[in-house]
Amino acid sequence: MEDFADKGLQVVVGLAIFAAIIGLIMLVVDRAPKSGREKLQVAGFLAPALILLAVGLVFPALQTSYISFTNRNGEFVGLDNFVWMFTQPEALVTLRNTLIWVVLVPLLASSIGLAYAVFIDRARGEKALKALVFMPMAISFVGAGVIWRFVYAYKGAEQNQIGLLNQILVWLGQEPKQFLLDAPENTFFLIAVMIWIQTGFAMVVLSAAIKGIPTEIVEAARLDGASAWQQFRNVTIPTIRGSLIVVITTITIGTLKVFDIVRTMTAGQYETSVVANEMYTQAFRAGEPGRGAALALVLFLMVLPVVVYNARLLRKQKEIR
Amino acid sequence: MSTVPLDNTNKLLPDVNDDVTQGQSTMQKRVRQRLTSRRATAAAIIIAVIWTVPTFGLLVSSFRPEANIKGNGWWNVLTDRQFTLENYADVLSPGGSQSPNLLSYFVNSLAIVIPGTVFTLVLGAMAAYMFAWGRFRGKDSLFIFVFALQIVPLQMALIPLLQLFTKVLKFGDFQVLPSGTYAQLWVAHTIFGLPLAIFLLHNFIAEIPGEVIEAARVDGAGHSTIFWRIIIPLATPALASFGIFQFLWLWNDLLVALVFSGGGADVAPITQRLAEIQGSRGGEWQRLTAGAFVSIIVPLAVFFGLQRYFVRGLLAGGLKG
Repeated sequence: MEDFADKGLQVVVGLAIFAAIIGLIMLVVDRAPKSGREKLQVAGFLAPALILLAVGLVFPALQTSYISFTNRNGEFVGLDNFVWMFTQPEALVTLRNTLIWVVLVPLLASSIGLAYAVFIDRARGEKALKALVFMPMAISFVGAGVIWRFVYAYKGAEQNQIGLLNQILVWLGQEPKQFLLDAPENTFFLIAVMIWIQTGFAMVVLSAAIKGIPTEIVEAARLDGASAWQQFRNVTIPTIRGSLIVVITTITIGTLKVFDIVRTMTAGQYETSVVANEMYTQAFRAGEPGRGAALALVLFLMVLPVVVYNARLLRKQKEIR
Repeated sequence: MSTVPLDNTNKLLPDVNDDVTQGQSTMQKRVRQRLTSRRATAAAIIIAVIWTVPTFGLLVSSFRPEANIKGNGWWNVLTDRQFTLENYADVLSPGGSQSPNLLSYFVNSLAIVIPGTVFTLVLGAMAAYMFAWGRFRGKDSLFIFVFALQIVPLQMALIPLLQLFTKVLKFGDFQVLPSGTYAQLWVAHTIFGLPLAIFLLHNFIAEIPGEVIEAARVDGAGHSTIFWRIIIPLATPALASFGIFQFLWLWNDLLVALVFSGGGADVAPITQRLAEIQGSRGGEWQRLTAGAFVSIIVPLAVFFGLQRYFVRGLLAGGLKG
């Protein structure tokens, strides 16, 4: 219990220091002399956030870019780390896996999410049905890792299975399988976890978009004798195109950065590593900050076009409004 | 307050739980019947089951005695009806160093997440207020720059930020953000949360009617009075939405914790401990199932209790990670 009191005290002290800093800023900007008061007030409000961002994000990002050109002793080695990344088999596997992730997760999560949103639209119990699929969004990747490792759990053929998936294989008369150990298909079983998490996000956003479709359009299509499938293809999809793109790009960004699932389920072994996990392994476990930084930089370069595209799309939507 | 049309982003998107069934014409009802045909319903039910069963299996298993969890699958509970709370007692209690000791890590998670969320909200709102209502040169370009910082994956900042905390911000024996406390995690989380916080809160605060703020100015109120007396109360819905998001994101984080926490029972959050147990004793299902459930209970409570805000935050800002 003493331990918890100690922790509580730390939190109280932390909050108090923070409150004191903010209070001091407010006091100073209020007491400022009339001339130049506006400037000082602006500076006082912006400074804490901007200083933190400069020191904690801008400067480190630049430094990481530099570190990516150095070796483990901090000596400048030019493009060596990038050459390593694009020639060594173990690094190439990482890149290949990341590519598979980034193609499959957005595609499948959005399709399943969209299908589900359409199927349950205005159905009885829609709210509850949504919550069921949406719930994994709230669960941490680590928690999801445990949940799914349990689904994939393996026991020898002569034993009772405790993993649901292997039990299903046994029921179907198959041999139980080491889902997470056998490359290359193990990557797909990790991807399934990410899809399980992201589908709810896609479903909720797309469902909101579907409900925003003006009823006149739907009715007109219906009067023209369009079938359910035709309505879906020619009315629903084009109308919610904007939301669909936002969903796909957002999931793409999240997938590129995926770390926790791989870390907790296989730790990147058995040829399942992805860029974000390998970055951590190299920088903080293998003592190769240069390689880690290079991987982080590549990650940045992969995320960049997606974010830019997303931002431009959002701006265009705003202009339309 | 609710009469002021502030919530622009969210209003355009209908609430996820809206029941739009009222006032439907018979025509629409027929459309609906066709769209929710039997096959669609069946598909929806299959998806809902696949999405729910893994979590359900985990929950059921966490209440089964160790021998039963390891001996047969959780779907046997109907014939093998033995339940116990022992797994929970085991993972929570502070036993020796071998014990999961999760209660301690649970407290750590709270101690990391609460200040981390408060700091981000306050500093983010202060900056957002100035970007929305301050008068200074270069405002727009600076805002776009802060917005653009969202592109930088936090992997880019980790290596230099750790060096900064442990080497640069150290004067003799005095560490500004001491290792072995929560301070480094608070600051790191705040930094990584700020770009999105500033962007989302700005969008909301900028919609507050100018007359309200002008009137206060004419009465001689300075920026600090306006900020605390007008902006913060009016921006509560946005603060709540983003706050919930930040809370969940920090609670579920693993990467930042791995880099900055040191890993001991005095600082590390529950996600990190759970990942550790998974790595070192991946077959201890009685501990893993109960532990995973302890770690996801808070996010699930937040999710089911505040689903409305959660969804709003999601629709307004997309997903982070």
